[in-house]
Amino acid sequence: MTDYNFAYLDEQTKRMIRRAILKGLAIPGYQVPFASREMPMPYGWGTGGVQVSAAVLTPEDRFKVIDQGADDTTNAVSIRKFFEHTAGVATTTKTAEATVIQTRHRIPEADLGEGQILVYQVPIPEPLRFLEPRESETRKMHSLEEYGLMHVKLYEDISRHGHIATAYAYPVKVEARYVMDPSPIPKFDNPKLSNSPAIQLFGAGREQRIYALPPYTRVTSLDFEDHPFDPSKADHPCGLCAAEDSYLDEVIVDDAGGRMFVCSDTDFCEARQNAGHKGKDAA
Amino acid sequence: MTDQPLLSVRKIAKTYGNHIGCENVSFDLFPGEVMGIVGESGSGKSTLLNCMAGHLTPDAGEVVFDTRVNGPRDTVTMSEPERRMLSRTDWAFVHQHARDGLRMGVSAGGNVGERLMAVGARNYGDIRDKATDWLGRVEIDSSRIDDRPSTFSGGMQQRLQIARNLVTGPRLVFMDEPTGGLDVSVQARLLDLLRGLVRDMGLSAIIVTHDLAVVRLLADRLMVMKSGQVVENGLTDQVLDDPQHPYTQLLVSSVLQV
Repeated sequence: MTDYNFAYLDEQTKRMIRRAILKGLAIPGYQVPFASREMPMPYGWGTGGVQVSAAVLTPEDRFKVIDQGADDTTNAVSIRKFFEHTAGVATTTKTAEATVIQTRHRIPEADLGEGQILVYQVPIPEPLRFLEPRESETRKMHSLEEYGLMHVKLYEDISRHGHIATAYAYPVKVEARYVMDPSPIPKFDNPKLSNSPAIQLFGAGREQRIYALPPYTRVTSLDFEDHPFDPSKADHPCGLCAAEDSYLDEVIVDDAGGRMFVCSDTDFCEARQNAGHKGKDAA
Repeated sequence: MTDQPLLSVRKIAKTYGNHIGCENVSFDLFPGEVMGIVGESGSGKSTLLNCMAGHLTPDAGEVVFDTRVNGPRDTVTMSEPERRMLSRTDWAFVHQHARDGLRMGVSAGGNVGERLMAVGARNYGDIRDKATDWLGRVEIDSSRIDDRPSTFSGGMQQRLQIARNLVTGPRLVFMDEPTGGLDVSVQARLLDLLRGLVRDMGLSAIIVTHDLAVVRLLADRLMVMKSGQVVENGLTDQVLDDPQHPYTQLLVSSVLQV
């Protein structure tokens, strides 16, 4: 513990990241460039999220990490351990008790409150990237609010699949200004981005960008008048806790076509099971 | 024809270091008029076109366009958002290579719809109907609407590029060698199509080419350029049938007669 500065990064670096975060909060949805550091983990494992978490953590914080909703997968466990070692902060798996939650590709089912910070790991922060490869051009499009191209992507979806088939990283517009990639969260989570009492921070380590949503920011998902946005999920109850309103993972259980649907948010599911809810696949 | 020019160009000059791109070019273009610019390679015709279309910033001069809302405005000094808005609504630019003007990874319908969505169309059904209509007008079978332009022939790509540009009903079309690189029969069909569209929609157009047949068919007026200067201009038939400047005489006489 004493071998490291609190939360691994040196104070100058944290200061630089905090400035980027503040700028991001001041201009919701705008991608702020920052001098991303090498972190002791590979790119794609959440280097951006880890740097943002390191910059916002204080010794009094209680830290939670989820990886696609689960607290117990490799990515979540290793990042939680990382901050236990380098910052010595308390950790938890309970959403309501955490003050800082780092997440990979999910928003917890339980409502977040004021005073909580949600940190997203972002692989590619630029929503226009796959349509327009030139960074100089995408920056110009953001600054001039030329977002017609984003709808071309949705148009292509409908023409090919008959409906908007984008199921994750569904583009949103922030306060009727910036179009933003909400990181690869399922589109089921998109409505939770809007008007959230918590601070939402997005960090992309490899791409060196930070962006943010301050509390109570209006976030709308892009759509067409005749093909409105639909936050869909698997049409089943959870096999373990029988929840009807949570986002589900499909789990293949044998080689004979057997499958079950379970909540992707493990904390939410456990809490419900402890409260006595029981699904049809529960042991 | 009204007396208010749609586009009036005043003493446009563009240099690349010591090399002259074009200089001292002035002309007026009236609504519904098609102007041809011919000249040899390196004579500055593309430089001039790009200066007018806002792709290059001229070193001197004015390009005054008669906008729908605010009347005549100098597009060189107007702000970039305004100029880009113009280039998506009232202007169209047809590139010589369709690949430069199309999104090759997006279906034909998406290519045509892009300009509509860029100016705020948000109804999928309407966008699709318009795209289908325009593919028909440029003689592309509507069953190809969901195919990518990379599966199209060169002539089809060029026609698709034209549809994509004209869908928002522009008033001024810039064309840079629209028939370059196409074989002769495809060229003829494309010219026929362009002539029909230009006449039907009452478009004004500026066509840069080195193919005299193209200007003979399409252009009302002709400007001949050499070494960045306009050496001769006038009505197309007049210039081609009775060329005055030695260079124009050379140009006209070097066309192969079959």
